[in-house]
Amino acid sequence: MQATAIIDALTRALPGDAARFEASESRDGMPTIFVAREHLVAASRTLRDDPSLRFAFLADITAVDYHPRDPRFELIYTLVCIGVSGFGDTPKRLRMKVRIPGNDAVAPTVSEIWAAANWAEREIFDLFGLQFSGHPDLRRILMPDDWEGFPLRKDYPVQIKDPVKTYEPLQLSEEQFVANVQAARSRAKQE
Amino acid sequence: MLNTDLERQGSAVTGPELRTETMTVNMGPQHPSTHGVLRLVLELSGETVVSADTTIGFLHTGIEKTAEQKKWQQVIPLVERMDYLGAQSSSLAFCLSVEKMLGVEMPARVRDIRVLIAELQRIMSHLVWLGTHGLEIGAVSVMMYCFREREQLLNINEMLAGFRMFPSYLRIGGLREDLPSGFHQAVKTFLDKFPEKLNEYEDLLTKNQIWLKRTRGVGVVSKEDTMSYGLVGPMARAAGIAYDVRKVFPYLGYETYDFEVPVGSAADVYDRYLVRMEEMRQSTKIAHQALARITPKGVYDIQDYRIVPPPKDKVYSEMEGLIQHFLIYSQGFTVPPGEAYVPVEGPRGEHGFMIVSDGTNRPYRIKLRAPSFYACQALPKMIIGGLIADVIAVIGSTDVVMGDVDR
Repeated sequence: MQATAIIDALTRALPGDAARFEASESRDGMPTIFVAREHLVAASRTLRDDPSLRFAFLADITAVDYHPRDPRFELIYTLVCIGVSGFGDTPKRLRMKVRIPGNDAVAPTVSEIWAAANWAEREIFDLFGLQFSGHPDLRRILMPDDWEGFPLRKDYPVQIKDPVKTYEPLQLSEEQFVANVQAARSRAKQE
Repeated sequence: MLNTDLERQGSAVTGPELRTETMTVNMGPQHPSTHGVLRLVLELSGETVVSADTTIGFLHTGIEKTAEQKKWQQVIPLVERMDYLGAQSSSLAFCLSVEKMLGVEMPARVRDIRVLIAELQRIMSHLVWLGTHGLEIGAVSVMMYCFREREQLLNINEMLAGFRMFPSYLRIGGLREDLPSGFHQAVKTFLDKFPEKLNEYEDLLTKNQIWLKRTRGVGVVSKEDTMSYGLVGPMARAAGIAYDVRKVFPYLGYETYDFEVPVGSAADVYDRYLVRMEEMRQSTKIAHQALARITPKGVYDIQDYRIVPPPKDKVYSEMEGLIQHFLIYSQGFTVPPGEAYVPVEGPRGEHGFMIVSDGTNRPYRIKLRAPSFYACQALPKMIIGGLIADVIAVIGSTDVVMGDVDR
């Protein structure tokens, strides 16, 4: 099933503005659609329940930080219609993407539609700092509760050279971070 | 106070009141049956679990962030350390996704070797699962048998790459080197003997009354919940959902192999056991077929020296070979911008890497779809309402690997 066919099925079930859904190219040939943030929940419910779609299995959710581009974040939902007994007719996959601006990093939760989304969204909140409105239990999941910063953001420091402080989280100012990177580069040049 | 004491005193006498409040028990993170470092806070009413709270993250190593600093080929040893019992399943998923982005097609021999390795890896992982699962429920001797067979598989790994748990033998663009001499014989010896070993395990467990009483009707999840929680692999198949990536979305030419997907119906710990046991038989069958297709010597990579290093004799005798060798080891190769996700059927279910490239020689973002992560999330669903002793049985049956959960 191509991305355009999936969009047709979506617009049949949810009449309205055609610009909400947008087909996109993907390198691996998986059908890819962009969904506007406001329509994410309605679209997800249709994708799960519509008999011609039946994407009952949410394989994964992930985010990508395109800093400094705007919109900064992209949420990527990997959906599968497994096509066996009671879960759809033909097996198919779909990549659903949502653009999230950096200054308003909030997305609606889909954890009521797929239970699997609960922890997946917590992980994205933990590592990227995206908020999920309506999420039942939005806490850090992999990092300690008192951790500062969001490690998978592209502006999070990676080459930390700072004396270890035992009881407080390690934080660098932007100047320290730039100095660290420059020192590492000049060392590499000398070698 | 004992019931008999109360009866002796009669109802007119009021002894100390029965304590009926719930008790909170902390299980883990350091508990031998939690398969690593999983922490459960259980609220108990007597022996029954009333609520459960799962805490993970003790093994978080930030591999996804580290990978963004590495060249594509250097990521392979990292991803093998995520799911440390199914190491080569991770590296296989990673290679397939990157190769999809590069648009390269593997030679048939490489595909067959990868199938063989993937199936041996599945047997290896299931053997650890069976051994530890049995140990936790009280069948201690099974562990000894399972680790005996696993040792032989680890020896095969060592033969392949000199490393037992994380061989990094699968590479983007093929394999690290050709099969060692004596490989066919070693694998064949193992595969010929393994089915009777499986019978040995089944003799110990399948009709064992204690085993049946500990596992039947325990940790049941409905079909709808299985799908909603994203439980795939043996967990889904034990619930009667015949979803196997090898059959539904074939890769590496799995459609040309003759094998069956075992399906259960009860969705309990016992059916998960039966499904995994049958999977080991089917894996043996696939491995036999793959082994028959593989020639002892032959092509082992795509021979495109922009992606894989050229053979050493070319490096030492040809100018072009030397340049290619230098480029591969200093800059690596670039991957066209875009994203890819090619799932494989790992020992624990659908296993795949969502890979984003910005066209440079390093990944922009990689994300593992970790089956254990979702299995862990569904744990409270399976243990609430059951007995505390069954918690151990359920954790064992989900086959979670904490390295996979926390990454």
